[in-house]
Amino acid sequence: MTTTSGSAASRLDPEPIPRRDMLGLLSLWSMTSTLLFALVGVLRLPRAAVLPSPSKKFRVAIPAALPEGEPFVPPGRSVALFRDTEGVYAISIICTHLGCIVKPTAQGFECPCHGSAFASDGSVTRGPAPSALAWLSVSAGGRTVIVDEGTTVPVGTKVNA
Amino acid sequence: MNTGITGSAMEQLRANLRAAPGRIVGTAFRTGKPTTDRSRSSFVFGNLFLHLHSVRTHRWSLRWTTTAGLGIATLAGFLITLVTGVLLMFYYKPYPDAAYDSMKDIHFIVPTGRFVRNIHRWAANIMVVTVILHMARAFYTAAYRHPREFNWLIGMALLVTTLGLSFTGYLLPWDQLAYWAITIGANIAQSPREVTDALNITTWFDPGGLQRLLLLGSDTVGEEALIRFYLLHVMLLPIVAAMLMAVHFWRVRKDGGLAKPRDVDTRVGALPSDTYPVFTEAPEKTYHLAAVVKGRTAAVGQGPEHTVPSMPHLFYAELGVLMLTLFVCTALSLAFDAPLKELANPFVPENPAKAPWYFLGLQELVAFSAFMGGIGIPAIVLVGLGLIPYLDREEAGTGEWFGGPGGWPLVQRSVVVGFTTALLIESFVIRFGWLREWFPSIPQLFVTAVNPGTVLTLVYGWYSVWLVGRYGSTRAGALGLFTCFLCGFVVLTTIGTYFRGPNWEFFWSPADWPGH
Repeated sequence: MTTTSGSAASRLDPEPIPRRDMLGLLSLWSMTSTLLFALVGVLRLPRAAVLPSPSKKFRVAIPAALPEGEPFVPPGRSVALFRDTEGVYAISIICTHLGCIVKPTAQGFECPCHGSAFASDGSVTRGPAPSALAWLSVSAGGRTVIVDEGTTVPVGTKVNA
Repeated sequence: MNTGITGSAMEQLRANLRAAPGRIVGTAFRTGKPTTDRSRSSFVFGNLFLHLHSVRTHRWSLRWTTTAGLGIATLAGFLITLVTGVLLMFYYKPYPDAAYDSMKDIHFIVPTGRFVRNIHRWAANIMVVTVILHMARAFYTAAYRHPREFNWLIGMALLVTTLGLSFTGYLLPWDQLAYWAITIGANIAQSPREVTDALNITTWFDPGGLQRLLLLGSDTVGEEALIRFYLLHVMLLPIVAAMLMAVHFWRVRKDGGLAKPRDVDTRVGALPSDTYPVFTEAPEKTYHLAAVVKGRTAAVGQGPEHTVPSMPHLFYAELGVLMLTLFVCTALSLAFDAPLKELANPFVPENPAKAPWYFLGLQELVAFSAFMGGIGIPAIVLVGLGLIPYLDREEAGTGEWFGGPGGWPLVQRSVVVGFTTALLIESFVIRFGWLREWFPSIPQLFVTAVNPGTVLTLVYGWYSVWLVGRYGSTRAGALGLFTCFLCGFVVLTTIGTYFRGPNWEFFWSPADWPGH
């Protein structure tokens, strides 16, 4: 190859892509996209479709002697049940900050982990919690009530039971 | 019948049999005893495990003050956890009903079980300490600069992996610490919801929920979560760490060895009188690297007289650091047992629920905002630190402690700024509270954006940018930023460790904690 100044490239410079390299590039790209697609499939597996946690609905009898405004926490559940003149209501005691179990107090609820505090209706009064404690669905079921930890209801929803 | 001069075939067989042990050793090591410069070189490049090293090491690199052996100490910690970890796997059962009991077995029944677990735990702690100190060493000697920028990034990935290994590790005992650490950790992973909830888009865009689901494999912390953390701890993260380390070490060599000042040869002083000129004997092999070596690496254009053979000088130093690390681990393990708290109770969190010391700074931050403290600020810090080598393209001070414009006085000033700012902001919050206490109905997005953690990050960032202008040097800004980062880490960790009590409230001493 003869070189003329200004026009010809050095023999060390890469050539522009010849047409026949197109096939090679296409196969490289198809390999890349196949592997990327496979990666999505690989990530699909650890994303559980069936959650092995126990049922979120449970039936519980509230002690007849429960004083008004006093919490009743059924054993093995993270819910505080209350009864007053307007009815029964349930407030989740899982902190909305990082999931610790809050402790019912005279003023409302306190979280031991990072110091969030909630009023007795669940609204945040102090600390890092981003939102109020959830009110949970309660329905009357004869002499017991059925609480659904998976369903939230508007604040103030009380059920006669 | 035979014509051999060594006797019969049977004699030959006997002679070969006698020579076999020596020949096995000879073929295994191939190079013979490392007694000459040439055999010392081939001792290094003829060995799979050693050939990550250069065959000769600059005398500067061997000085105690150059590295303090911190990188090797971190590797030593990793190797110790690897060996002890495999030993612990003989008895540990990653299942909620059995995990805690198997930990008790290891602690009280298994021969040397408690000792091995203690070493595992202390080596992991030492690894966290040395990886941070090693990072500080690399930073303060400006060793991250061209051509080592990418190795700085790999080092940061190793820091994150080390912390991940520690985090997944202390969950496995399934005691109270473990259970509530998983709970808090998984909810930090879910904390992008703090933002998506505030924007009301969680129903169709929920990265937080996906992260939590991938971590826990369920919506509660249970057997699925434990097996996932076990998998991460004993398989995935060690593989990631080992691969990153391999690249990290290889790059150290390929990027020209340890960072050295330009005038390093004069700094190490005159050659010892007994220095034998290198390569004056006609070598049997030559290694022509002219096509590979580019740029201004340590050896280009310089004679190798200031280097010494890596075998034995470098390897003995490395073995010394390994033995020292092992000694410290063993001594600590004899003196202090690894903790094991009560069996996990999903209905009663500990009060206060404290993570291991190296996460208490983060815990202090998430006590301001889960998302900013757990994800936002760490991400900002990682991006900031990762950008440093790509922003600081200067050359003054490479390889010198606190090298660059400003130098040691600037670092001292930054220590004062870093400590004062962190302490002032913390005192203010502890004394006066923050936005939520003053304006209970303030939108969450506002608290997420403006909280003590973000204010501190902002002040540090602003101070560093100001330093760039003040000294006319990016390196000065980087010195300020990194020093502030270390100071903030120390202040937050100390407050989280010693001054936080029940309900994460401030106490001068645990003696003042209210009783139950």
